[in-house]
Amino acid sequence: MKFTLSWLKDHLETDAPLEQICERLTAIGLEVEHVDDKAAYKPFVIAKVLTAEKHPQADKLKVLMVDTGMGAPIQVVCGAPNARTGLVGAFAAPGAYVPGIDVTLSVGTIRGVESRGMMCSEKELDMSDNHDGIIDLPDDAQVGQSFAAYAGLDDPIIEINLTPNRPDCTSIYGIARDLAASGLGTLKAPKAPAFTVSGETPVKVKLDLGEDAHLCPGFALRLVRGVNNGPSPRWMQQRLIAIGLRPINALVDITNYMTFDQGRPLHVFDAAKVKGDLVVRRAVEGEKVLALDTREYTLSPANVVISDDNGIESIGGIMGGEHSGCDENTVDVLIESALWDPMNIAKSGRALGIITDARYRFERGVDPEYMVPGLERATELVLDLCGGTAAKADVTGYAGYTPKQVEFPVSEVQRLTGLTVGAEESIATLKNLGFGVSGSGETVSVSVPSWRPDVDGKADLVEEVLRMHGVDKIAPAPLESHGAVSGKILTTLQIRTRVAKRALASRGMLEAVTWSFISKAQAELFGGGKPALSLANPIAADMSDMRPSLLPGLLTAAQRNADKGFGDVAIFEVSGTYENDTPSGQRRVAGGIRRGNASMAGAGRSWSNSLKGGGKPVDVFDAKADAIAVLEACGVPMGNVQFEAGGPSWYHPGRSGTIKLGPKIVLGHFGEFHPKVLEALDVSGALAGFEVYLDAMPEPKKKATRTKPALELSPFQAVKRDFAFVVDKSVEAGAILKAASTADRKLVTGVNVFDIFEGASLGEGRKSVAIEVTIQPVERTLTDEDFEALTGKIIANVAKTTGGVLRG
Amino acid sequence: MSELDTLERTLMDAIAAAADEPSIEAVRVGALGKKGSISDLLKTLGTMTPEERQTRGAAINALKTVVTEALTARKAALKDAAITERLARETVDISLPVRSSPTERGRIHPISQIVDEITAIFADMGFAMAEGPDVETDYYNFTALNFPEGHPAREMHDTFFFQPDENGERKVLRTHTSPVQVRTMEAQKPPIRIIIPGKTYRQDSDATHSPMFHQVEGLVVDTKANVANLRWVLEEFCKTFFEVDNVTMRFRPSFFPFTEPSFEVDIQCDRSSGPIVKFGEGTDWMEILGCGMVHPNVLRAGGLDPDIYQGFAFGMGLDRIAMLKYGMPDLRNFFDADVRWMTHYGFRPLDMPTLFGGLSA
Repeated sequence: MKFTLSWLKDHLETDAPLEQICERLTAIGLEVEHVDDKAAYKPFVIAKVLTAEKHPQADKLKVLMVDTGMGAPIQVVCGAPNARTGLVGAFAAPGAYVPGIDVTLSVGTIRGVESRGMMCSEKELDMSDNHDGIIDLPDDAQVGQSFAAYAGLDDPIIEINLTPNRPDCTSIYGIARDLAASGLGTLKAPKAPAFTVSGETPVKVKLDLGEDAHLCPGFALRLVRGVNNGPSPRWMQQRLIAIGLRPINALVDITNYMTFDQGRPLHVFDAAKVKGDLVVRRAVEGEKVLALDTREYTLSPANVVISDDNGIESIGGIMGGEHSGCDENTVDVLIESALWDPMNIAKSGRALGIITDARYRFERGVDPEYMVPGLERATELVLDLCGGTAAKADVTGYAGYTPKQVEFPVSEVQRLTGLTVGAEESIATLKNLGFGVSGSGETVSVSVPSWRPDVDGKADLVEEVLRMHGVDKIAPAPLESHGAVSGKILTTLQIRTRVAKRALASRGMLEAVTWSFISKAQAELFGGGKPALSLANPIAADMSDMRPSLLPGLLTAAQRNADKGFGDVAIFEVSGTYENDTPSGQRRVAGGIRRGNASMAGAGRSWSNSLKGGGKPVDVFDAKADAIAVLEACGVPMGNVQFEAGGPSWYHPGRSGTIKLGPKIVLGHFGEFHPKVLEALDVSGALAGFEVYLDAMPEPKKKATRTKPALELSPFQAVKRDFAFVVDKSVEAGAILKAASTADRKLVTGVNVFDIFEGASLGEGRKSVAIEVTIQPVERTLTDEDFEALTGKIIANVAKTTGGVLRG
Repeated sequence: MSELDTLERTLMDAIAAAADEPSIEAVRVGALGKKGSISDLLKTLGTMTPEERQTRGAAINALKTVVTEALTARKAALKDAAITERLARETVDISLPVRSSPTERGRIHPISQIVDEITAIFADMGFAMAEGPDVETDYYNFTALNFPEGHPAREMHDTFFFQPDENGERKVLRTHTSPVQVRTMEAQKPPIRIIIPGKTYRQDSDATHSPMFHQVEGLVVDTKANVANLRWVLEEFCKTFFEVDNVTMRFRPSFFPFTEPSFEVDIQCDRSSGPIVKFGEGTDWMEILGCGMVHPNVLRAGGLDPDIYQGFAFGMGLDRIAMLKYGMPDLRNFFDADVRWMTHYGFRPLDMPTLFGGLSA
């Protein structure tokens, strides 16, 4: 919402400077977004050319002596064809910034003649594109005066960012009312229109809306005969231009002026082009109208229109029709001041894609009580600016305004804000804003003025008092302390989310945040793409479906990095994936991928690779280690976790695994990826990844005590023994480890695989798995016989469960 | 020269000549071993007269002492030399680079870090953390928050919609974290003090708008919480979060459907040095968050009587305050997963924000 300072002062009596007005506007909730104080025009003064001689060195230049009203005449070199003795124009002295040519003037010498300033063209002052000559003012321009003041260019422009709840401040009058209520000046009472009427308005209005009369709760119409629709006067044009509107003709300019001055959108019909009476009705499906923006709109019964015997003449409250618009030939004009249903205007305007100043106001709520006074004021302006004779207004359908009543306990201000405002002050503030207050004591009855549809309850009244009183008067007061040390505030899932991130980052991975939506094709590759999780209005085609997995986003991100020359990347994300559209369908997943040779030890080649094993392409085991790190960090009891071969379809079937807790709970998957999936994602390179479902992990068991179990340390030396078993190639090493460790649960405290060997010597389809078993004597040092017995048990157990035989 | 002197000279020469530990051991065995030259002499003591023993015996023992000391000293010297030689042999080029530590390489995304910072601050003020789904119903995202159907305020949110279901109802991607306010009130009786960090979505994209972004919401509901408390909470938060001694904040009346009265909050700052914003000084104002007293209709939607319960809510853009604090210029980079950006703007995994150790290093 834009307006000029002088326009505001039409309605507000105040001596407050611009800066103070702007501060107050912001303080009362009318946030000033931009101010143009027009200081740029200050340097320009009206000056008269006393003499204009030809430049001695140049044919097209003249040397002027200019009277600026201050001191001796000033010498100026000028190239304008219209520069002549006696011309009065706009002068800029050295030091002045000339906006149209983006130059700050200095004293110059042009072809040997000194020039101490400049006579400006309209273009140089950013007033128009006219650069044919310098400004040539009529005789009424006084030498020495500010040019901006003379030309009406010094009126500061204020733009406020209006919140959608304040239709009353879509008018400059309403803004003045708010400022006056805040104590900044006095609201000037509007002058009662005074004109005589003659005859009836011959065109009648019929509201044909059936049961939906609320769509047009009032319609006022008046004919003015014999108008002269020339251009509007300069003062009106200047104001309209200042706020960004284009003057068209007096009648149209008056409607625009009223829209901003009073927040009262109007429409004018050229009466000669209206055939028969006006009917307000719903449009017929497919009905077309050529609107004032010269575009054709196809309407539906959702749109309310004004029609006559010719068809649709206007889209009610949104935009008039081209056919009956007013131009310089208009002689008789019909002025419409109507009321429209805010909701319907909003919907229609949105559906038709029309944004107008009328729609803006009607969808927020136009003051119903100003429908008729607005028509009166507009009629007066028409008569003043265009002449003519007004007929009697015709008012249809308006039932009057019944104010909302709010029971207002005056203590509510303190209850909600902590601010003590006296009852009298609160009531006075409300009255200044136009509220009616009746009753006395603790609770008063407040009636809401017709221009404040946003006020419904007592909290709204608190806001009114508060914003007029000053929010910054509220001193901060500490929130009551619970009186105790704060306890744990995070849920298990929140703790696991946090710890999973830190655990993965501690493994050298970078945390990414990728889009929650991916392309349908990618979603389908990873088990998603259901219609319920497909956006109706995606911002881009490849951001259409809620992701079923973190992996597609991470894999494509890795490829983007690779394309920039960073091929060894380890990235992860801990965030939501979407199984369905219910709250529980949103999973919490930790997922990560490694590409190239970005192992935990470090990416790329290193002189120490031979020692530390870097430089080899990442594989399923890197992913497995990452997944386990998440499980461990989250406190999952690892002794109960099983790893099964194979995973979902997007993994390599022979190089992936599924992590389970018991037969039902799937904790995650890890592995290398299926080549077809990688191809479909258009990614390449060595890639391995995992996803762990944080929300699938059971809550940790509640413990009665924080005490850890007693630590029993054996005084006897632990011993390590190596075994190599030859087994069928399909036997899982995990089974051998399990058989060895369960051979004697007490003595065997650790088992690990330290070598895998396959070779012709073992026979086709056979492999050797070498394990190291840690044996911890508990009661006494073990004898040779003890070891022999234990070794025998281990060998027997492995043979029994895996068919493995000790390698000879 | 006596026989003993000759032996001493011979042995001392042999000791001096021994070049390594095995040869000195050989000398020792040759002199003091079972059949060593000195041992042999000592064996003769038993056959001597007492007089002989006093003179010749003392001389033999003196020889043994001298040779033993010389052997010990030579042995120690040789051991030192051997160690010195070994150390020289084992010397490596310590200028060779080592692999960086994974904890030094890894990074936490600024959003996660900021959530931890905010959690640390609000935990100290007695707030818990609540979360809610990204895929929301129209009811929780709008209606329960006092956005009437068709109200222009709904248009302030460029909403992502899903396809309508068989009843014609369409879910939305939540446009703010505020739906969790009502979900929390439904699930929990006051007093309520929660913060709600999370993802939010609007159909908008430029340098400061992204179709996906993050917000943090705060909600306090009890029987007393008022605007004065709200001001205190926000001032304490901003001061602690931006790690400055003082902040000056300006509360402007504004409008949000779910609060009444509503405010936008500006923070005083210095923006004179280009993109770097300094808080606690300067003459500029920067809008940083929106807040207000919970609207009675929202309390009712949460099943609470607005004449008994009252409270306030506030919300701000997580990405935005991250950008303000840490200086990232473009929001879109947050979701690019560019390793250079993550490495530059991310945080090391062990940089854990706490109040006792400071929010940022």
